[in-house]
Amino acid sequence: MSELRLTVNGEEHVLDAPVGTSLAHILREELGLTGTKIACNEGHCGACTVQVDGVPRLSCITLAHTVEGEVTTIEGLREHPLVDAFVRADAVQCGYCTPGQVVSAAALVAANPQPTREEIRHAMAGNICRCGTYPKIEEAILSWQG
Amino acid sequence: MARLIRTEKEVEGRFEEVWIVVEEDPLEQWPEGPLSVVGRPAPRKDGHERVRGQARYTADLALPGMLHAAVLRSPYAHARAKRVDLAPALALPGVRAAIGPGEAHGLEEEAGFAGAAVAAVAADTFGQARAAVEAIGVDWEELEVVLDPEDAVKRELLTGEPRTYERGDVERAFAGADVVVEATYRTQTVLHNSMETHQAVCEWQGDTLHVYISTQFIWGIRQAVAETLGMPEDKVRVVCEYMGGGFGSKNGPDEYTFVAAELAKRTGRPVRCALTRREENTSAGNRNATIQRLRAGAKSDGTIVAFEGEFTNSLGWSGWNASTEGPMRMLYDCENVRTITYGARLNTPPMKAFRAPGFVEGTFGLECLIDELAARLDVDPLELRRRNYASSNDGTPFSSKNLEDCYRRAEPHWERRHEVHARSDAVWKRGVGMASQIWYGGGGPPSYAWVRLGSDGRATVITAMQDIGTGTRTAMAQIAAEELGLPLEHVEVVLGDSARGPYASISAGSSTVPSMGPAVRAAAADAKRQVLEIASQRYHLEERVLDIRNGSVVSADGNLSTPLEEVVGLLEEAQILGKGARGPNPTGMSVLTFGVHVVEVAVDVETGEVNVERVAAIHDVGRIVNPLGASSQVEGGVIQGIGHTLSEERLLDPETGRVLTSSLDAYRMPTIADVPEIVCEFVDRPDEHLTNLGSKGLGEPPIVPIAAAIANAIRDATGAEVHELPISREEMLRALREADERAREKEKRGAPAAV
Repeated sequence: MSELRLTVNGEEHVLDAPVGTSLAHILREELGLTGTKIACNEGHCGACTVQVDGVPRLSCITLAHTVEGEVTTIEGLREHPLVDAFVRADAVQCGYCTPGQVVSAAALVAANPQPTREEIRHAMAGNICRCGTYPKIEEAILSWQG
Repeated sequence: MARLIRTEKEVEGRFEEVWIVVEEDPLEQWPEGPLSVVGRPAPRKDGHERVRGQARYTADLALPGMLHAAVLRSPYAHARAKRVDLAPALALPGVRAAIGPGEAHGLEEEAGFAGAAVAAVAADTFGQARAAVEAIGVDWEELEVVLDPEDAVKRELLTGEPRTYERGDVERAFAGADVVVEATYRTQTVLHNSMETHQAVCEWQGDTLHVYISTQFIWGIRQAVAETLGMPEDKVRVVCEYMGGGFGSKNGPDEYTFVAAELAKRTGRPVRCALTRREENTSAGNRNATIQRLRAGAKSDGTIVAFEGEFTNSLGWSGWNASTEGPMRMLYDCENVRTITYGARLNTPPMKAFRAPGFVEGTFGLECLIDELAARLDVDPLELRRRNYASSNDGTPFSSKNLEDCYRRAEPHWERRHEVHARSDAVWKRGVGMASQIWYGGGGPPSYAWVRLGSDGRATVITAMQDIGTGTRTAMAQIAAEELGLPLEHVEVVLGDSARGPYASISAGSSTVPSMGPAVRAAAADAKRQVLEIASQRYHLEERVLDIRNGSVVSADGNLSTPLEEVVGLLEEAQILGKGARGPNPTGMSVLTFGVHVVEVAVDVETGEVNVERVAAIHDVGRIVNPLGASSQVEGGVIQGIGHTLSEERLLDPETGRVLTSSLDAYRMPTIADVPEIVCEFVDRPDEHLTNLGSKGLGEPPIVPIAAAIANAIRDATGAEVHELPISREEMLRALREADERAREKEKRGAPAAV
């Protein structure tokens, strides 16, 4: 066990965890932040996306002890206008990948508030949605400011 | 009144004759077209919970004291575990219990595929359980491995008797045909890859087993678990409030459910058994590969006179022989049809239903063959389809069929091909293709719902169904709101728990809305009748002149218009309870869904790259309840179909039979960057013979025609005939070379002899 200091959604946590534990595991199992989903657990699908200092990061292949900077999860983005935009556009089916999609999209619009379709496709290509909500995700991001 | 009937029950194209008790369905259908709530776009009732990550999936459940299970799986495609030594596993830290072959349903000595479950361990953490599984000692006896489906058919290694079908006189019809085309089509094995893997958490409370599970069929799990464990069904409670996708793979319990139940029993603690992504792709099912040898004969005027098909479904170690021949039997008016369908039993992972099983594969073969026929006859492909329009299903009338309307709506998309061709250049060739769709989707009884209406004028629909991501909560709320005359915001839906509501149908076979919708409407109507009874007594008016509209109780002459709360407010703590049941399907009729896709592609003739640029998807599924959710279903089906057509393929090591594509970097599913422009259109006409709703299902239809439409567009663009899925670059380049050779041959034959 080794001490782990993490700032998540503005809150500081001091935990004990074995070195080698993934950030996704800490968020879900230790902090109860189950909005971050694990779908492949090897960094291929994007469901576990969180932000570290505003940059999208795959939390399932991020070692928790290596995180430097502030972690933002979907729980920290619940009031983001993208949430309403996703619901309005029906950019959600089973919903399992959706929190990760919103976290990626929030990083995109923070850096580029009016992304083009091409920019959206580029930024969001790492988030797999098996239900195929992609056209609606594109619409949601295009219309995120209402 | 309850009525006992003998009826044919259909799920995913499988039929069985059953006795069934049904309630009468006396409600008149609503008029065609958008109503107050039904037929209007509605964002999801549970959209915010899902988007914000507040929806609790089975994967998110953490019960006090919960243990984690891991499963030992066979590394061999066919082997017997002669000796299984659990002792080394039990000695490891954190391990609470271990079980071997025969100790839970699904753990077996004989492993029929690489990935078959043999033993399992429960430990404090999943990491400990996995480490313990590694420590289990097994003496394997390797057995003969069969991987080649044609070899299996030759040796009669089948899952059952081959299925045969025949009508008319096929030999004579082919002999009299002016043109005969034949081709062999092959489709690949594809993996469901639901984002939430298969999993269950089991907990015993007294002699009641609580099963929290990611499933498409709460009541099917309850029945199957009770039967397998020899328990009364009421002693099994099944919960699934949210689930992360299924696509047909989560219709029943599998070894993970029984492993969790048994380990929970032995340890006295709740146990989670969740598949990893890699286990998901070796052990949780797949769409089976097919080989289709097809033949069609036609008169020179385009009348199809004969079809013949030999179909081999590569089923793996288990699975059922899906109706790959279905489209050939049903899509066109053809008097002479003969098919035979083999289910090859192989040492590969099991087949499971996957979004229109059989018809996706069979439509690829048939609809490509139709275009080959059109080319030979020099008839426009749309015209050829119209000339052979089926007006009945082998003599049984359709409850409704508006495929001609779909074709008419397809015309402007089809007309674009001249403009599309004109955008070709030396490297990128562009073309347009189409394919028709036929599939089931009528649903059926039994299904039940309750509606509870309180003194605040808000209603709750209660039924123990599941929402697999298709927007069920929303559609059911819309139907109840429409019937009750309430705004959508005043209707809640409680589902997902066998202990909290009546029996509800499976969410598979495009059956959720057509099975559950009429039951919900009937329950809402029962509640509404009671409201009007009360209003009639309160205001001294006859019930028949009263109605509820936009949240107000109104009289036909307009003299009474009072908010619903004023009437039901009289109830105080009392509640109005409505109940409803799904009525029978129309007798002597085929309930089917129809549609057509028109696809535009661009093919790089140098590299074999194929880009789908535009898809027009036109479907006839009766009344549309939620146009917004419906468009999402169509887009999702089209996108999953594009993956099936162009990039997805489960690969096996041909020597060992092990899956080589179990991770998501190796198994290539579409991303947002692969999505074309998708145009959705619906005929949106209620099926007048089907229930009080007139709606059919839409989950599966959009994935049915897409592969053939893409292949036909490729032919239009390049002249190349692709015969295999996925249309990889290799397959594309092979087809282009073959087309080149054909063209050269033709030139040689047509050109004057050179001296």
